[in-house]
Amino acid sequence: MNWILALPELVLACCGMAILVIGVLNKRDMFQACSMLTVGAFLLTAVLVIAGPTGVGYSGMYTADAFSLFVKLMILAAAGLGVIVALDYNEHANMQRFEFPVLVLYAATGMMLMASSSNMMTMYVGVELMSLSIYVLAAFARDELRSAEAGLKYFVLGALASGLMLYGISLVYGFSGSMGFEQMAKVLADPAKVSPGLVVGLVFIVAGLAFKISAVPFHMWTPDVYEGAPTPVTAFMGTAPKVAAMALLIRVMATPFGHLLAQWQQLIVLVAIASMVLGSFAAIAQKNIKRLMAYSSIGHMGYALIGLAAGNAVGVRGVLFYLFTYIFMNAGTFACIIAMRRKGRYVEGIADLAGLSRTDPALAMWLAVFMFSMAGIPPFSGFLGKYFIFTAAVQQGLWTLAVIGVLTSVVGAYYYIRIIKVMYFDAPAEAFDARPGSLSFVAAASGLFTTLFFFYPAPVVAAAEAAAKVLFR
Amino acid sequence: MLAVGLGHYLTVSALLLVMGIFGIFLNRKNVIVILMSVELILLAVNLNLVAFSAALGDLAGQVLAMFVLTVAAAEAAIGLAIVVIYFRNRGSIEVEDVNMMKG
Repeated sequence: MNWILALPELVLACCGMAILVIGVLNKRDMFQACSMLTVGAFLLTAVLVIAGPTGVGYSGMYTADAFSLFVKLMILAAAGLGVIVALDYNEHANMQRFEFPVLVLYAATGMMLMASSSNMMTMYVGVELMSLSIYVLAAFARDELRSAEAGLKYFVLGALASGLMLYGISLVYGFSGSMGFEQMAKVLADPAKVSPGLVVGLVFIVAGLAFKISAVPFHMWTPDVYEGAPTPVTAFMGTAPKVAAMALLIRVMATPFGHLLAQWQQLIVLVAIASMVLGSFAAIAQKNIKRLMAYSSIGHMGYALIGLAAGNAVGVRGVLFYLFTYIFMNAGTFACIIAMRRKGRYVEGIADLAGLSRTDPALAMWLAVFMFSMAGIPPFSGFLGKYFIFTAAVQQGLWTLAVIGVLTSVVGAYYYIRIIKVMYFDAPAEAFDARPGSLSFVAAASGLFTTLFFFYPAPVVAAAEAAAKVLFR
Repeated sequence: MLAVGLGHYLTVSALLLVMGIFGIFLNRKNVIVILMSVELILLAVNLNLVAFSAALGDLAGQVLAMFVLTVAAAEAAIGLAIVVIYFRNRGSIEVEDVNMMKG
């Protein structure tokens, strides 16, 4: 039973080792082949996740339920897109090493473990498997100073965040007497058992996870790491780890600390407001599009946290739905950013997009779609996500949050639409190099999804609702 | 004679944690010192876990302490590898030189 429950992770980890062996044993350049195998492994794992049973295994350390299923599918989709957008970039940036897809694969394994963890130990091991893989990925362009610096910064701050989270785990363990989420929930149902030490531990855990989703005040690393890391790695970092860490945060807040809603709600509200405000105002002055996307992701995580702050199934449904639309917007945007190559050199300035509508109308159109969607303009998918989040907040009486959210998304619309203005109304700059098929595919697929999702969101809403209901029985 | 109780262990571990955090933020010299500070934080956590585990009579804390030791080794290996590639590109590992991107 245990083995079958955890089959997706086990198969994925074994595929990772097999791909590593294939890459090592062949003398030829195996980057493309290993990338394809990795995407295949993701597809196989996705099938296993969908077909697999639900239940609790390994003495309550591992849970497979509707929530973990939904989150794992998002993680696999984001990781798969991350590998595909890297195909061409890595060839040109001279980092076509087969370890790249394998590291993405192991990061995805860690994230899936995070989504399924129902014990502090599983949670910690999952977080570390994800983080350690991504530290290496951030420094993957090893001959480039910016990438090395991004890796160093991410490593130092990430290790600090893991340490703080672990300290929180130790306090929570000591003051509640167990590590299992279910047992902790039982203990904490009695308000007399909630000691100050436990609340301090809770704050440390929230701090550690807030770092992983780059929420203010733990966002300092985001702009630098986003800018310095190779662009496909930034694309990956902006989607899958955010989803996994947000899912873990939701599960930890809802299951073991469900009875402490009053304690953590204020915390999440403050973090959400700070993230939304900083994400929208700091992005205005940015000239580098990767830095702009960093602040944009800080803001988006702020919006997603509104749903968690609501603290009920409707709010969590909103978060999951929001993350689902966010993955595709973000992956598509980064596919467009990676396509910004001029005379063999990758450019990152917003000014480099000038007049793109005349030199490459298709790329300009997709980027415009993603920018409108991120700004939350109907009928694009980003609007639906914001709609679900804000209604959940209003239903719970969190008016301040909802009002600040709407106001900051107006500010956010300014810098998203500025990009569209640069593309459509500025004098054209020199054309970009021809786009490879993989990037056109990711941009077009995400763009079509973002545009047409409006017509048929019901299955995703239903899946997100089923997932959220598991946590709030 | 003073008996060493849970409170003493927790105090020492809290002191170690604070030293580790200050070591990261106040250190203006060398990146290696930051790696040492990270290890210090993890040691503080381990002490905490083992002390709680003994006080509670529950083995889970000691098991997690073993996991933490393993992960700390992997983390140190990756950290040093990143420091090495940084040094190759920059020729220095002074903390003040890690400033190519302004954040």
